[in-house]
Amino acid sequence: MISKKNSKVVPIVLDGKEVEVPEGMNLVDAAALHGKEIPHYCYHPQLSVAGNCRMCLIEMGTPMRNRETGEAILDDDGSPRIGWVPKPVIGCATNVSPGMHVKTESEKVLGCREGVMEFLLVNHPLDCPICDQAGECRLQEFATDYGRGYSRFVERKNVKPKRTRLGPRVTLDDERCILCSRCIRFCQEVPKDDVLGFVDRGSFSTLTCFPGRELDNNYSLNTVDLCPVGALTSSDFRFKMRVWFLKDADSICPESSAGCNTTVSSREGELYRITPRRNDLVNDSWMPDSGRELYKSVKSNNRILSSRIDQNPCTADEAIIESIRLLEGKKIGIVGSCKSSLEEQFLLNQISLKTNAVNFIRGHFEEDDGILLSADRTPNLRGALISGFTQNYPKDNLVSLSQALDQNQLDVLLVIDEDLEAAQVDIANLEGVPIVFIGTHTNSTSNRASVVLPSLTTFEKSGTFVNRSFYAQVFRQAVPGPAGVLPDLSLLSRLHNGLTEDEEISPDQNSVWKVMNNVSGSVLKEISLTDVRKDAVLLDSSKWSDLPFVESKALHFEPATKVEA
Amino acid sequence: MSNKSTPTERRIILKNADDPNYSNKISCYLREGGYAMLKKSFKMKPEEIGAEVLKSGVRGRGGAGFPAGMKWKFLDRKSGKPIYLICNADESEPGTFKDRQIIHKDPHQLIEGMMIAAYAIQAKQAFIYIRAEFFEGARILESAIDEAKAKGFCGDKILGSDFSCDLVVHRGAGAYICGEETGLIESLEGKRPNPRIKPPYFPAVLGLYQCPTIVNNVETLCNVKHIMEIGGDEFAKIGKPNNTGTRIWCVSGHVKKPGYYEFECGALTMGEMIYDVCGGLLPGRSLQAVIPGGSSSKILRADERFSGKLKDGTDFDWGVEDIPLDFDGPMAAGTMSGSGGIIVMDDTVDMVEAMANINAFYAHESCGQCTPCREGSLWMRKITQRMCDGGAREEDADLLLSVANQIEGRTICAFGEAAAWPTQSFIAKFRDRFEDKVKNPERKKSSLQLI
Repeated sequence: MISKKNSKVVPIVLDGKEVEVPEGMNLVDAAALHGKEIPHYCYHPQLSVAGNCRMCLIEMGTPMRNRETGEAILDDDGSPRIGWVPKPVIGCATNVSPGMHVKTESEKVLGCREGVMEFLLVNHPLDCPICDQAGECRLQEFATDYGRGYSRFVERKNVKPKRTRLGPRVTLDDERCILCSRCIRFCQEVPKDDVLGFVDRGSFSTLTCFPGRELDNNYSLNTVDLCPVGALTSSDFRFKMRVWFLKDADSICPESSAGCNTTVSSREGELYRITPRRNDLVNDSWMPDSGRELYKSVKSNNRILSSRIDQNPCTADEAIIESIRLLEGKKIGIVGSCKSSLEEQFLLNQISLKTNAVNFIRGHFEEDDGILLSADRTPNLRGALISGFTQNYPKDNLVSLSQALDQNQLDVLLVIDEDLEAAQVDIANLEGVPIVFIGTHTNSTSNRASVVLPSLTTFEKSGTFVNRSFYAQVFRQAVPGPAGVLPDLSLLSRLHNGLTEDEEISPDQNSVWKVMNNVSGSVLKEISLTDVRKDAVLLDSSKWSDLPFVESKALHFEPATKVEA
Repeated sequence: MSNKSTPTERRIILKNADDPNYSNKISCYLREGGYAMLKKSFKMKPEEIGAEVLKSGVRGRGGAGFPAGMKWKFLDRKSGKPIYLICNADESEPGTFKDRQIIHKDPHQLIEGMMIAAYAIQAKQAFIYIRAEFFEGARILESAIDEAKAKGFCGDKILGSDFSCDLVVHRGAGAYICGEETGLIESLEGKRPNPRIKPPYFPAVLGLYQCPTIVNNVETLCNVKHIMEIGGDEFAKIGKPNNTGTRIWCVSGHVKKPGYYEFECGALTMGEMIYDVCGGLLPGRSLQAVIPGGSSSKILRADERFSGKLKDGTDFDWGVEDIPLDFDGPMAAGTMSGSGGIIVMDDTVDMVEAMANINAFYAHESCGQCTPCREGSLWMRKITQRMCDGGAREEDADLLLSVANQIEGRTICAFGEAAAWPTQSFIAKFRDRFEDKVKNPERKKSSLQLI
């Protein structure tokens, strides 16, 4: 990667205007900082520079110096004389140097763009009407902005394969490929799974997988996002929806503690796809394929859609009243969830504090891929720590709950989403203990619960997750939840207000944050919801530095060095 | 033209090549004083050899004509990384067949030149990248290297010194682009030969395996041996200032005696080459055009005149026949001596068909990396093909020129120019033939099948 973060700035002259840009930055990024677009296809800020599309050609010059004395040569009017490089240079591979002059709008530059655009289109099928990329296609955009507007090509176009299966999730249309090599570089550099390459030469070059290999790594769909044209398409999203109909919501991937920033796209309340959203501190521009599938859980068959008392459907009100009746004045065991938002965990803990309940929580741990699928397969374990719901690092079971039940310490359980049996709770111990279950999907616990309160998935509500690096990040509602299903915050607020005499807490994010801000000693003290909504906020993690976090070194993540006991 | 005496060849590189008593065996080479210069060089300091090469002013024989000594000077010696020497024997420019002669007939000269060069730049590993089609050449080089290794001229502890340099023959897979030095390096690394962007990948700094690397042409490396023989200053006296040494010219096309001829730079003119050395055109034919330096150099029309001022200040007013054969002469005439491949075309040649063949070559050989060259070369091919197939349109000449102009100077490597210059010059000089195709679309009966 040629561009580097650097605090030092250097002056350059961009289209006649003197501006300051970070030292060592390439011209594409530098110009963008000052509102000038240098169009490009092959360049991607998070991949190595290939320089092959030639779309970012610009004119560049440096002040001339006398070879012997080193003094600047001046023009008659006293301004430094500029030695313009005779050939246009590519902005992506040209780094700024002090005093550099750049023309991004000269006739020569516009001529270069027009030429490259024409070349890119001569063998392009121009099948926009049936192309998935239409509407978010760089070819369309730059052809409109920089193209000639008509074609001089009267020959036959090259014919290439239209639907090559590159892997289980990616389908390639070779005719649309502009051979920018972004996908190849991505596979080499990010998942380190070098499976893509070009065969044949010249205009007949074709993207393909190495013989006997498939593009099947868990990051394969990023190549689809990276593809500036409609060549690489998601086999899942292909032909499903026109992108201009989609409504986008900023979200956070709930798959693991990596906290990938995502864009969740929907139309008329129906989810269609999840794509990564750029965040250079967390996930660059990538996310695992597995995280993109999660939207399917919203419409899955085992979704809980109605409240139930003793497994019989009822209204939400009835279920809430029954829950309060079951919980009130009892020795409550609360099983929280690392999948809940920070606000939900906080509110749950408020209930716990005011009813003298005992908290239990489990972690869900699997293998770490060292990139963006961390060992902690919940989005908000750190939120459970920050909200005060637990002081200890969760184990991957609820054996302690089983023991507490065995010793008859608990009368009733309030369970958020967890499957107790799967968490090694002895079923025998659950006999005679009523369970109030709040969750999105059925499991063994919801099936035996006295009261079931349906709740919302990450895509249907707003909230905050704290990722493995202790970045607090908000996710926003993308689609409305099923009819009659209340948000978790509302359910918890109703329970809180019903079970305690204290001041009521209203079920909206702002109000919960206000209460959270006022907790003495909280790391959220100086941080407002507005800050977190603007950008990821790094929280002070020093309190928990001794805990045995399971994540290993990964993209933008360095495990805290533990003090050896 | 015939009242002058025929210019005589001065064979330095090809001195022994066509001697019937000379073979490519090491015994012959040693008999003629071979490897003496290697011994002499090993008594010198490496940097002294570099200084001699710089003094000699020898310019690269691969096509670009960049001073070899200067190239060596750019080498990054401070990085501490290993330094590599590569001999570019991917001779692929249409019209060029000089390196092949050297490899076939005098391979030890190349090995000696390479070992001197390797010592001068302190390279411990050297490669000869030879084009795929040179099966025989590769075999000859491999056995020559074995012979040289057995005698201690190459490999471990050369001549009993502490300096070792292994030499390996690497066969290409049949791609013109591998003659481009960074493409060659990629290919040698086992990748697709996509030329690298410069900056940052200058071979002298970030070459083979990201280490400092020198890539020189076969003829250039052979010259190193001869520079050591007579010294840089003496070598600089051969030929003309800035055009030192001899050059091997490869003449093909419609002359009576096509072939390779080694002359001092500037010792003869194009006219002398065609009419005296090569015996002139076939009976009853007249000169139509000459491509002076391989198919990528700009074509010259027989009745063109060139005038202007040379670098040394003298005025010139030349016809094609007056162009001196060196580096600067063809340059002054707006073309280049390139790889020394002179292609002579007489009046029987249909220029549009010639153009179509050249375009077919470049469309086939474009690596496909940069958009302008990849798409432009094939587009130009399709246009000229269509023109030859009877579909010429009036606007085609302008379109071809415009396409070529959109390629030139906008690609990573010089292939863009190589693909664009022929079209630009054909249109500039033979526009009438392209326009005539619209009115007379029929192909001549004598026309050969297009590539």
